[in-house]
Amino acid sequence: MLVENILHIAQLSKTYNSAGKTLSVLDDINFSIATGSTNAIVGPSGSGKTTLLGLCAGLDRASAGEVVLNGINLNNLSEDKRAQVRNQYVGFIFQNFQLLPTLTALENVMVPLELRGERDIRNRAMDLLDKVGLAGRSHHFPTQLSGGEQQRVSIARAFSNAPKILFADEPTGNLDAETGERVQKLLFDLNQDAGTTLVVVTHDLELARKTQRVLSIKGGKLVSDEKTANNL
Amino acid sequence: MSTASDHTNLSRPVKWSWLFTMAWRDSRRNRSRLFLFISSIVLGIAALVAIYSFGYNLRADIDSQAATLVGADLVISGNRAPDKQIQPLLDSLGDSRSQERNFASMVYFTKSNDTRLVQIKALQGEYPYYGSIETTPLQASTDFRKGKYALVDAALMQQYKASINDSLKIGKLTFKIAGILNQAPGQTGLAAGVAPVVYIPMQYLDSTGLLGNGSRISYNYYYKFNGKTDVDKLADGLDDRLDKNSLHYETIQTRKDNTGRAFSDLNRFLSLVGFIALLLGCIGVASATQIYVREKVASIAILRCLGVKASEAFLIFLIQIAGIGLIGSVIGAFLGAAVQLVLPVVFKDFLPFEITTTISWVAVGQGIILGIIVSVLFALLPLISIRNISPLNTLRSAFENATTQRDPFRWLVYLLILGFVVGFSYLQLQSWQASAAFTAALFVAFLLLTLTALLLMRVIKLVMKASWSYLVRQGFANLYRPNNQTVILMVSIGLSTAFICLLIFIQALLIKQVTLSTSGNQPNMILFDIQTDQEKGVLNITKSFKMPVLQQVPIISIKLESVNGKTAASLPKDSTADKMRRAYGYEYRVTYRNFLTSSEKISEGKWIGEAKEGEDVPVSVDERLARRLKLKLNDKLVFNVQGTPMNTYVASFRKVNWNKVQTNFQVVFPNGALEQAPQTHVLLTHVPSSGVSAKYQQAVVKGYPNISIVDLGLVLTILDQILDKISYVIKFMSGFSIATGIIVLIASVRISKYQRIKESVLLRTLGGSRKQILVITALEYLFLGALSALTGIVIAIAGSWLLAKYSFEIPFQVSYAPAGILFGLTVALTITIGLLNSRGVLNRPPLEVLRSDT
Repeated sequence: MLVENILHIAQLSKTYNSAGKTLSVLDDINFSIATGSTNAIVGPSGSGKTTLLGLCAGLDRASAGEVVLNGINLNNLSEDKRAQVRNQYVGFIFQNFQLLPTLTALENVMVPLELRGERDIRNRAMDLLDKVGLAGRSHHFPTQLSGGEQQRVSIARAFSNAPKILFADEPTGNLDAETGERVQKLLFDLNQDAGTTLVVVTHDLELARKTQRVLSIKGGKLVSDEKTANNL
Repeated sequence: MSTASDHTNLSRPVKWSWLFTMAWRDSRRNRSRLFLFISSIVLGIAALVAIYSFGYNLRADIDSQAATLVGADLVISGNRAPDKQIQPLLDSLGDSRSQERNFASMVYFTKSNDTRLVQIKALQGEYPYYGSIETTPLQASTDFRKGKYALVDAALMQQYKASINDSLKIGKLTFKIAGILNQAPGQTGLAAGVAPVVYIPMQYLDSTGLLGNGSRISYNYYYKFNGKTDVDKLADGLDDRLDKNSLHYETIQTRKDNTGRAFSDLNRFLSLVGFIALLLGCIGVASATQIYVREKVASIAILRCLGVKASEAFLIFLIQIAGIGLIGSVIGAFLGAAVQLVLPVVFKDFLPFEITTTISWVAVGQGIILGIIVSVLFALLPLISIRNISPLNTLRSAFENATTQRDPFRWLVYLLILGFVVGFSYLQLQSWQASAAFTAALFVAFLLLTLTALLLMRVIKLVMKASWSYLVRQGFANLYRPNNQTVILMVSIGLSTAFICLLIFIQALLIKQVTLSTSGNQPNMILFDIQTDQEKGVLNITKSFKMPVLQQVPIISIKLESVNGKTAASLPKDSTADKMRRAYGYEYRVTYRNFLTSSEKISEGKWIGEAKEGEDVPVSVDERLARRLKLKLNDKLVFNVQGTPMNTYVASFRKVNWNKVQTNFQVVFPNGALEQAPQTHVLLTHVPSSGVSAKYQQAVVKGYPNISIVDLGLVLTILDQILDKISYVIKFMSGFSIATGIIVLIASVRISKYQRIKESVLLRTLGGSRKQILVITALEYLFLGALSALTGIVIAIAGSWLLAKYSFEIPFQVSYAPAGILFGLTVALTITIGLLNSRGVLNRPPLEVLRSDT
């Protein structure tokens, strides 16, 4: 079923209790993300953008407000149900790659598919590794790969379960400029091919400008929501 | 807006095959470390499998060899000559009959002029009917019955350099040594050491002149039945008649039951020792798993992010631990099967028969199942924390550590562990009270060591000063910083030290007790069975050797007829009155005097030293006997003094120190009551040296061969040997705990190595020398080893004090020298293992270490 807005955020707040005090990290955030669009969340360090990504992806539970992903209200779900939502609809790319160190590149890509109980997993995973240019290194463990290679495996894994929405947290933050460029290109190309919705959290304004929409966060509040030239 | 249920079904069944695949995949890069965790339980399982296997073999061997242990189908025994009423029965039983008189006596080796107290067995008939009296030469076991020949215990022959055909004087008769006695039926090596046996033919017993008044002789009648007689049924039918005549019986079946029971008690005790080794290993597993899980937080968070459920993540690692537990248990079980081949050698002095060493597959199976249960059970506590690891850890690496602090499931795990320890110890001890006591003692020892470790960490934090050298501060700080191994190392090293130290202390206390009691002018030689007409002669010999007569005590054998008019016949027939019945059947050896000795104190009533003519005799009764007979002051007791009834009453109760080397008595009569009764005398003296001792014994035995002499110097040597043998067995078993402690130590050090790598590499990158890192590591393990050993020794001191006070009732004293040596060894071992396992970090370049280990 096609949903017009893959992600809908309404009056979203997140607070933490620390040393008897309540610390507000996100306050009254409202926005929707259209299916198939590319988006960036930007803001200075400590602004709450990673917390927002965590809530949008169902990694954490909001203190107040609603997160509706592909029509599913995540607030009503247990952690295990949210895990299944992530497996069904969400892909992740992290700044520090987050590959399972004890699994080979191929096995890392296979895990989301295995969890879904799908068939012909190995060939599909190999195709994805081929697309990111790492077919020849499928049996290497993460420690045997360079940073750029690890991030490419991570991208292959993110696309393996054909996610409806892909969250990327500083995807080029740990890479040098040249490798970062190549990874960005791969990310956007694959995204376009698969028609996936993309949400990138980044400091990198140049990367943000490559998306269709930039949401700016400051002090836990959404301070601007701009369409970029790519959206015209 | 549409809801979740409109879009998808979010419930997914657990895919076990995938969980197993993930467990397998994840283990590939960690196998050596996982094995290190589980190696902690290998020795515990090995110990238990060895003991179980040994137990099963023992039971089978007892069943197959019981007949040779008894040597006959039926044995009837008693401590006095059977009267005319029962004699016809004894003469009519069985198809073949043998008799034996068994008593302690001095023997005199004429060639070497040596004397020694031995156990004389005067034999008539063809006993044993099953098995044999093992002799060198072989035919000596039958030949000695044909004339004035003796068979002499092998150790005795060696000790006194005697040879076959030498002469041996027993009482008034001289026998020729026909052969060396290697093994009497049913006798253990230990028993042979305590009371070496000399066999003589019974037809010469009277002529030895040793069957005088007061001799303590046991009478044994051996029977063989040729037909299909149900010997047990027959013996059961005779029980009442035998009981009335103070006789008891033994059949092959009762020997099987009794020996089986005795050895299953030993087996249970050993199982508990093995179990402690296993528990120690389990703590190693729990601690290692905790660190393992901590390292796995990131991977688990990634899996959760990708859609793995909490329960699935938990199961992946549970399968992994169970799998490694299985491998560890299988290795342990087969190692145990190999170790059990050694056990018969270890226990040879305690076994009255040959033991087979077949592998018991039941024991192997039990060990493997037990190993899987304990490895999973003790890993559960850290494993359940996996369920609480948030996927948010992928975004923020320091989001939170895996913790069970608020997890209600941890109480269930604690309960399961407690239930397991109580349940397992119950299976060994067969008593809820004993298993609760064992669990409590274990809990206290663990708690004490854990608390000491926690206290140590707190104290170090408080006392550490910035002015101290960097290396000392760093070494200290390693004890309390995150991922430290202080608690686990304190428990494993401390418990092992406590164990071995307790053994050393107790052995030293027992030896000291005997040494003390024979030092100075304390009696160290006791002469028994001195007849009244020999008293003067013995006194003269003693004085001629310029030795003191420290005590001279008359002894009279009497029996208890009635208490307040109630006789043994009036007791209930059931087993509740067994103790009382035995007290009636017992032959009491009593004395008379008008004073109390230094080992006695009146606890109730009044000491009366003189009897009044025509009145009941006031006697003083030992507290323990009074308790057994449920006596009160002024109770009327009638004693049978060699056929004459004597009316007495309980005038007082005495607390007697039975550990003191002197003559002590359960019942003491006043002067004026027993002077005319047939009596023997005991004399206590002090010999200044072993040379004088030998000459004095020769002189006494030459003049009065019926007198038995106990040389406490010899007793001390024998006691030392026995304690050595017992402690050897216990040390062998506790060796498993100690070895487990060392493995846990190695595992802990290796596991913490991974924690320390980054820090050591950082230190080296910042310019820290190899030597500096070495000193920091050495200091850390020095503190750990020293504190653990010290705590272990303190626990051993407390334990041995409790045992000395309440179990052995002997004065307590710490043996500083062995404790000091043990302390030094433990510390040295800890530092050595610590440094050896850290050398990988020290010897390789920082970058290489980082690349290969992280």
